[in-house]
Amino acid sequence: MRKVYIVGIGHTNFGNLSELDLDLVDIMAFASTEAMDDAGIRKNRKIVDQVIVANMGGGIINHQTGIASSLVSRLDLEPAMAELIENGPASGASAIKMGFACIASGMVDVVMVTGGELMRTVSGWEGTDFISTLLHPEAEYNYGLTLPAFGGMFTRLYMERYGLTDRELAMVAVKNHENATKNPYAHVITPCTLEAIFDNPDVDTVNPYIAEPVRLYSTCPVSDGAASVIMCAMDSPKMGYFKKKEPIVISGVGSATDTHCVHQREDPLRLKAVQLSAERAYKMAGLSAKDISFAELHDAFLVLELAISEEIGFFKIGASKEAVVKGVTRINGSLPINTSGGLKAKGHPVGATGVSQVYELVKQLRGEAEKGRQVKNPKHGMAVNFGGFGNNVVTTICSKECKK
Amino acid sequence: MIVNKMEKRLRPPQINLKTYIPKVIMLANGEKMVVRETKREETSVLLETIFPLIEVQKDFYDIVAARMYAEILGWYRYRVANEFVLVGAIDGVIVGIVNSRIIDEDVGISLHTMTIKRGLRIGAQLFASKMENHFNMLGQKEVLIVAESPIGFRRWMIEYGLENREDEYPKVQHELGGVPTHVLTKSLYDIICDQKVGGQRPVDSEILATADILKAPEEYEQIPGFERSKQ
Repeated sequence: MRKVYIVGIGHTNFGNLSELDLDLVDIMAFASTEAMDDAGIRKNRKIVDQVIVANMGGGIINHQTGIASSLVSRLDLEPAMAELIENGPASGASAIKMGFACIASGMVDVVMVTGGELMRTVSGWEGTDFISTLLHPEAEYNYGLTLPAFGGMFTRLYMERYGLTDRELAMVAVKNHENATKNPYAHVITPCTLEAIFDNPDVDTVNPYIAEPVRLYSTCPVSDGAASVIMCAMDSPKMGYFKKKEPIVISGVGSATDTHCVHQREDPLRLKAVQLSAERAYKMAGLSAKDISFAELHDAFLVLELAISEEIGFFKIGASKEAVVKGVTRINGSLPINTSGGLKAKGHPVGATGVSQVYELVKQLRGEAEKGRQVKNPKHGMAVNFGGFGNNVVTTICSKECKK
Repeated sequence: MIVNKMEKRLRPPQINLKTYIPKVIMLANGEKMVVRETKREETSVLLETIFPLIEVQKDFYDIVAARMYAEILGWYRYRVANEFVLVGAIDGVIVGIVNSRIIDEDVGISLHTMTIKRGLRIGAQLFASKMENHFNMLGQKEVLIVAESPIGFRRWMIEYGLENREDEYPKVQHELGGVPTHVLTKSLYDIICDQKVGGQRPVDSEILATADILKAPEEYEQIPGFERSKQ
């Protein structure tokens, strides 16, 4: 299998971009152009063999289809091959996995993967409904289940079984908001304090319930935005074009699925697809959890940061809360998690999220993160992109150098 | 003098309104916002705060700012009956303004809610404070409400579950352009006030003193690059 490098990265602001009056492909084009500039190939952009777009809702909420072909034209990249990957909120990492496979197999040398979503063009309840279309249509959706509902039930069950408190959950929010305040692309750049979002007599109006026990500050915002990465085969002569930045290797990729209906799982608190996708990525990379320097974990609901960090072997099951309390997962801790601010504060434009997580891995591994949120001497970064309610999960490990 | 007689005829009849009791709310970022009623002599700083937003089209700030400017100016010059204006202030800097008026002892009309500093639920807190004033302080039975922006519609009509009086249109209509009216009744308010109305009383004198002299903001997230000195 050929070794695959990430040679360029791009990112738009995450947030409410509706005021810019741009369509979905425009937003994607901005991130893609930044990636080309970062890679130093804007003039030589025709070396891109394949474009893969990650998006979940263009056809539903933006009335746009054929998005990959449209992006190719917007960027003047014809005759590059182009496909769209739709895999729910894991679309971004799935697209990177497919791009990786295209290069590793020898089919192409250079791939651009761009993920994007425009979710603020519809109302909040329409957005919630659109995301809920990933649930089982008869067993879940028809009964009014939504992702926040699942987030609430999962959080409640986790609290009951492992003794997680509201206060410990709020500590995760404080950490992620603190990281986001230093990330220029983050949706929510306002810090929050434990005193204000938990120990506050006005907690119910400052931090109201969304789906009890999930509060406003324990769930992600609805965001617009895009992110892009450019990948190249290490052994390709085209690597000669990419001298501007230090290449970062994709050392491991893994994905797995679980039952569509959450109620069919033996234990609804165990995220088997997360565990298996991580195992597969570790195996490919020749690494284990103890080798990982930092991670971006899919904290659409804060409890997921904890549960995912346990399933991928960072902490024992039910024990991640102690790490949060001790500051292990903060930027200066021994295992920083969600250095970008995570979905919680950086934002969650669903199709862009998986690509944005890998963007953050590359930025950290290059040592280019903003002051105050750069991880010290990172070697390996890991991203877990969580689709459905854990029924399709993709793990990506990026490394500064390939040490096996 | 004839002028004074004319002026007297131009002024609306006024009902004496009880003064809103100040409160303090700790926002999510830890800042403490004092919510208090403004005095007529503070009109200048209120208008100074509102004026720059008159040209901001996003989220209908232009309509809200233009109308609120006129309403507060009208209050100052005795052309609006029974109006009250509440502000949210952090270290004395105005971060949000709401205004309202009452038609009679039982019925109020919510006028406008303007959030200057966004992302901290300041608008939601101030709107709730305005309703608190109508029901708890002034003892009203219902408040007529319309929304001029999607954000307002989500915040008030949906989150509060307001009673829809569209059926009674045009007999029952809000004075802001006659948009079909929704209503917050006292019974509905009593059900939801615990979830919506925040704030602690009495306010520590030191904290309250920070809002003694109101200041217009130097920065507006809605107006990148804004410099007050160039206004």
